[in-house]
Amino acid sequence: MKTTVTYVGNWLKNLFIIAGLTSLMTGVAVASESHGADHGHGAHGEEAAHGHASAEESEDVDITEVIGHHISDGHDWHIIDINDHPVSVPLPVILYSSEKGLDVFLSSKFQHNDDGKVVVETKAGNRYVKVHEEIYFASEKANAHGAFVEMDEHHHPVNAKPYDVSLTKDVAEMLLGVSLMLVIFISVANGAKKREGKAPRGIQSFFEPLILFVRDEIAIPNIGKKHHERFMPFLLTVFFFIWINNLLGLLPGAPNLTGNIAVTLTLAVFTLVITVVNGNKNYWLHIFATPGVPWWLLPIMVPIEIIGIFTKPFSLMVRLFANITAGHIVILCVIGLIFMFKSAYVGVASVPFGVFMNALELLVAFLQAFVFTLLSAIYFGSAVEEGHH
Amino acid sequence: MDKLIQPGFGLIIWQAVIFLVVLFLLTKFAWKPVLKSIKDREATIEGALNAAEEAKAEMAKLKSDNERLIKEAKVERDAILKAANETAEKLITESKLKAREEADKEKEKVLVAIENEKRSAVASLRKEAADLSVEIAEKVLRKELSQKPAQDALLDSYVKEGELALLN
Amino acid sequence: MTAGVFAALGAGLVAIGAALGIGKIGSSAMEGIARQPEAGGKIQTAMIIAAALIEGVSLFAVLVTLLAVQAG
Repeated sequence: MKTTVTYVGNWLKNLFIIAGLTSLMTGVAVASESHGADHGHGAHGEEAAHGHASAEESEDVDITEVIGHHISDGHDWHIIDINDHPVSVPLPVILYSSEKGLDVFLSSKFQHNDDGKVVVETKAGNRYVKVHEEIYFASEKANAHGAFVEMDEHHHPVNAKPYDVSLTKDVAEMLLGVSLMLVIFISVANGAKKREGKAPRGIQSFFEPLILFVRDEIAIPNIGKKHHERFMPFLLTVFFFIWINNLLGLLPGAPNLTGNIAVTLTLAVFTLVITVVNGNKNYWLHIFATPGVPWWLLPIMVPIEIIGIFTKPFSLMVRLFANITAGHIVILCVIGLIFMFKSAYVGVASVPFGVFMNALELLVAFLQAFVFTLLSAIYFGSAVEEGHH
Repeated sequence: MDKLIQPGFGLIIWQAVIFLVVLFLLTKFAWKPVLKSIKDREATIEGALNAAEEAKAEMAKLKSDNERLIKEAKVERDAILKAANETAEKLITESKLKAREEADKEKEKVLVAIENEKRSAVASLRKEAADLSVEIAEKVLRKELSQKPAQDALLDSYVKEGELALLN
Repeated sequence: MTAGVFAALGAGLVAIGAALGIGKIGSSAMEGIARQPEAGGKIQTAMIIAAALIEGVSLFAVLVTLLAVQAG
């Protein structure tokens, strides 16, 4: 067990060397992204494109808007703006509603518009508009602002919405991440098969210590030797899914996948379901008749225990989401300072700090994957624990 | 920012589907073989370690056996040497004693013989002296009776003669 | 605007609380490891779990401040 720790320790050391280089690149790229993002933003950008007289004005960067745009999901993968022209990867939009059926088209049809001014009409005659990355059925006529939606007093569209199962940039990123995982771990497995009983080599020797780490430091101590094997596939998949996607999220232009609450919610729900499904008699006994608690306290204890079943995965969900999102926000804020003060000299302070934050985020990427997996393992452990009363 | 904490419906669906597919694929093609190979390798290593440990124990046992044998041999050798030494010493003392006894006995015998000789010599001397004195006395008495000076001279010569005879 | 100011204050308070808690855990864990280096692994795991729990509480608080901002 000790050797595994040393191995991972050495391994983290190497990681930090890579960290320095990557964060340098990321810092530069994030800077370019935030520079570009304000142009691509709806009416503001469009107005700027009309006359170069107002170009000076358009340089004002709404950092909150840029950050919001970066950390939330989007229908196209916006990478950079070159001369006010947004460069982005169009992704398929998939919409479904029971009355109008299924519609699939490319996100580029919205022409980077995000405030309901561009209507996409499909062959079936369905009309859609996009407002703040939400897709609505378009109104017949444009409103006073030229948008084809009805707004309530809070400027929220009130139009009906189809079910939106578009392949958004987060989904695209996720597909990338899981393809990477499949390639890596299937080649690790092939290496293991080829060199049966021999020492690991190449990519295999990089990932096997990590797999061992998950088994020896996370699964076995918290679940126990008897039951841990049942949970290993889930723990390993979750650990590497979170970790690899955390790291990918730090790359320039990459979306903030693990900082998306839908993703962390789904992962936490999986943990919840697996815990509840595997709960043995002892686990339920602890919830409905906690041993050692007087009977008259049970009416208070049972609801608390039942709420506890849900707060545990809820905290898992919020922790991962908040840590990753906060990291992205801090880095973007630090870089954004340059554009807020419109001075390259701010970069003298904010770029090194951004580099530092990025290095820290690399650590956080690993730590959060570890903590999520560790806590999941602890919950599974409590579900399969044998009673010792 | 309110979208930040509102999970998107589409993403949940995609995430659930993709995660389940990946979980299935990785379990089948990666985790099971890798974990199995790790387990096998660990078993091999453990087996090898156990074998080494056993060999070591065997060696230690052999070594201790050898040591025990050597120790025993040493003890035996020491005992033998000691016994031999003792025997030799005993033999020497015994022979010395015997020799001394023999010598003492011989000496005693010689002494006794000397004593006997001495006693017999003294006895014979005493007898001779007595005879001689008697003879002298006889002769003296005879001469006395004839002439005084001659008798004296004769007595002197006899005494001399007797002395000489005694000395011889 | 006022909500924003108060929410920011709240977030600051959360940060103070969480920092105190995690700092206490860190110091105790280091003391423990220094005293018993052979128990380092176990202490580390327990430390991370405890820190995660505190972090969870502070994250809930941050979430509340976020909601407070939105509520206006």
